[in-house]
Amino acid sequence: MAALEVERLARHYGEREALRDVSLTLAHGRTLVVFGPNGAGKTTLLQIFATLLRPHGGLVRVLGNDLPDQAWRLRGRVGLLAHEPLLYRSLSARENLRFYARLHGVGQRRVHELLQALELSGRSSEPLRTLSRGMVQRVAVARAVLHDPELLLLDEPYANLDPAARDLVEPLIGASSGPTRVLCSHDPAGALAQADQVLGLRDGRVALAGPADQVGEDEILALYR
Amino acid sequence: MSATGQRASERGAVPAGAGRRPAVSMRTAVAALLRKELLVELRTLESVPGMSLFALSTFVVFHFALNRNTVDGDLAAGILWVTLLFAALLGVNRLFVADAEDGGFEGFLLAPVERGALLLAKELALLIYLVVLELVAVPAFVLLLAPPFAHALPDLLLVLALGDIGVAVVGTLVAALAVRTRARDLLGPLLGLPLMVPIVIGGARASSPLFAATHAGSPAARWLATLALYDLIFGLIAYAVFDFLLED
Repeated sequence: MAALEVERLARHYGEREALRDVSLTLAHGRTLVVFGPNGAGKTTLLQIFATLLRPHGGLVRVLGNDLPDQAWRLRGRVGLLAHEPLLYRSLSARENLRFYARLHGVGQRRVHELLQALELSGRSSEPLRTLSRGMVQRVAVARAVLHDPELLLLDEPYANLDPAARDLVEPLIGASSGPTRVLCSHDPAGALAQADQVLGLRDGRVALAGPADQVGEDEILALYR
Repeated sequence: MSATGQRASERGAVPAGAGRRPAVSMRTAVAALLRKELLVELRTLESVPGMSLFALSTFVVFHFALNRNTVDGDLAAGILWVTLLFAALLGVNRLFVADAEDGGFEGFLLAPVERGALLLAKELALLIYLVVLELVAVPAFVLLLAPPFAHALPDLLLVLALGDIGVAVVGTLVAALAVRTRARDLLGPLLGLPLMVPIVIGGARASSPLFAATHAGSPAARWLATLALYDLIFGLIAYAVFDFLLED
């Protein structure tokens, strides 16, 4: 059974079509990289997989569960690293992670391990609003993988991260991290290296699709022209 | 083993596939959410201080505007309940703001917990805010406007408790409805006021005898029953519709 099965997915916001006729299949443990210019529908696609948005047409099956009817079965099995960190700015990194650990039934030891792995222990007691964007992004990575999800949805996960920080998050969200991944990116070279499959979106429609080894960088760049 | 190399099932946390059903009990989820709620309020002080200052200012204004040291009966009860209602609305308007602005809704929706846990935690948080508000407001009311009513304090606490539960339930429902709209600052009070009027009427009528000049009153049982019934009905309505309010 595939981790993701999508057939003729449609989603709109009022009159505007955000996604139309999107189809794809992704096997367990594989990485799908989604390319496309701003407003192409990448974030909407991730939010549908995360069950935060309902599909308005077509078939969407995530980890064997049909959406939206079986969305509740996916709770706790999906990790989402979105544009927004989904963290409370007035709370510290440790307080945020402890809160989400309790909601996911994860032991507090995991919080400690992640703070150490991401080299956040030194500033883990400071309110998030006082941290740099890069540090907040690292905390967001910890939140996304806290419960060891089977499916990782990553929306430009390396934004705001310096090279050293990228190295820190790589074992948690990179190609070797384990779970099935859907990664939205604007970096063709970097993301192609991690991809098993590629999906290119333009104006909510599939403009490019195929195995990563059969897609060239110039085809991806053409999406943005 | 490092945080990166060990799966949750090996760490004794959520076993693989536990997400197929709510893995976290309602009680644990409510406790986590309530704890976070109170922590955010302690850090930001965005609700309770504002609510308390509003109530204090309103009593001072009434004290000087009426040019009286004491009021009694219906007038005293009316001033107390209307002031508490408007002060409560300040808290109601802020109840979901941190979740909406910081993405807490999405973070919660991804977790394997019943959505009703958020409703209950928010109701409890608002209830705590109201109790703190009254710890400040009632003594100020006694000092500035109320007749001596020490003998009736236990009865007043009962009326306040029933009113607070109603405000917490209705307020949470209204706040959840309003927070995802662009006009949430306007919509909250617009929806909340009409729905809370019965609570004010019940609370004022029930507590009016407690402020009687003759010191002879006790709260009318029918108004207490009305408040309790209103709390129950809206509690059930809130539980029934809350899931839909969180839906896309």
